[in-house]
Amino acid sequence: MLQTPLIDAHRRAGAKLVEFAGWELPLHYGSQIEEHHAVRRAAGMFDTSHMLAIDVEGAGARAFLARALANDIGRLRQPGKALYSCMLREDGGILDDLIAHFVRDDLFRLVVNAAGADKDLAWLESLGPADAALRPRRDLAMIAVQGPEARERTWTALQDLRAASEPLEPFFGAQAGAVFVSRTGYTGEDGFELLLPAAQAADAWERLGRAGVRPCGLGARDTLRLEAGMNLYGQDMDQSTTPLECGLGWTVDLESGRDFIGRRALATQLPARALLGLVLAGRGGVLRAHQRVHLAQGEGEITSGGFSPTMQTSIALARLPARTAPDETVEVEVRDKRLAARVVRPPFVRHGRILV
Amino acid sequence: MNVPADLKYTASHEWLRAEADGTVSVGITDHAQEALGEMVFVELPEVGRALLAGDGAAVVESVKAASDVYAPLAGEVVAANGALNDDPGALNKDPYQAWLFRLKPSDPSALAKLLDAAAYRKSFE
Repeated sequence: MLQTPLIDAHRRAGAKLVEFAGWELPLHYGSQIEEHHAVRRAAGMFDTSHMLAIDVEGAGARAFLARALANDIGRLRQPGKALYSCMLREDGGILDDLIAHFVRDDLFRLVVNAAGADKDLAWLESLGPADAALRPRRDLAMIAVQGPEARERTWTALQDLRAASEPLEPFFGAQAGAVFVSRTGYTGEDGFELLLPAAQAADAWERLGRAGVRPCGLGARDTLRLEAGMNLYGQDMDQSTTPLECGLGWTVDLESGRDFIGRRALATQLPARALLGLVLAGRGGVLRAHQRVHLAQGEGEITSGGFSPTMQTSIALARLPARTAPDETVEVEVRDKRLAARVVRPPFVRHGRILV
Repeated sequence: MNVPADLKYTASHEWLRAEADGTVSVGITDHAQEALGEMVFVELPEVGRALLAGDGAAVVESVKAASDVYAPLAGEVVAANGALNDDPGALNKDPYQAWLFRLKPSDPSALAKLLDAAAYRKSFE
């Protein structure tokens, strides 16, 4: 199994370590529910060093990404701005989702999921970037600091980051010495993601811990992103789904006429399925991935589900017939029963507040 | 791993305690709660239900997965621990106090045939 530069810190903190996408990572450090609450109420940190940063460098970087990404890289006009996008196959199937950071005119930085990192890199190379070089940055570790207190506590722990990162609006990033700081995340809370040299990661992690940032594992990361209504690649979307079928139509640019890979397939697709949220109506169990959903207009399937620590009930993302509307009541097969659930439009929770 | 000496056990990780009134309390072991993770939901049997040994009697759902809890003995359910509905986390915090249900065994001598603490410990170590 691959290990991040923080493996010793995780062991010392008593993490329960599990395999994830080939990496040995913390599932939790004792209580994933308490870790979840720490992020909603104060600040938590995640070792996301398994994710891969890929620098796209050269005069042709922008033109190359305009073709490779479904979202419009042309929208990145101010240096530092970030963009969420899918990377598609010709048939519109999703190869991966990523964040693209506009660093400067000849440098963009992509951050992709761990599971698909090698495949993504090979795919991008196969597209034949002209005047742009792809550089996987395996030398960088990544720490996500998330929660309403995340920015303040980051500045307490890592004072050198303050000047460059205090002016950042959401979804912007900046280089602060050796650290690339972006005001992004995967929890529905404010905070930063730090890309930093691997050799500095353990010290930064320890300082953040001393400033009151709680270490959090994959368990809390999953319930936080689920509450925030954010898709997980491999679970809510994969190569057999298009962005239009998983709630990501807003990230696909069909208007500008830009010729990106997957455009032709999506331009003619009338999606039969939509990704929506479910909230369990009473008690009786926990909504989980792969449970079947029954509606008057057909059937659907839960793609991600679990217990929401913030809402104290079970919630899910589900692929449902396209004409399903919020507030409809559906039935979910949970073990040997059919339980009623209410259809909602995600997110469920943002910035500590329940929205559904 | 905590395996109290005064209880009986099954290989499927239930514990049993003989109560003074002749009934038997059933819960899940420390080893089971540790493996399953934090509990978020329990489904308890109805009082009055007749169970055969090995019947699915209760369900515990953790942050990870749902698991059946089996009746270790044949008998009638005489009580269910409704307090767990509001605090399923008690199964993690104090697994040997957080009983799920109580049985009136059809054959009181059957309890003696279940695993003792040493045998149970051997079953997973």
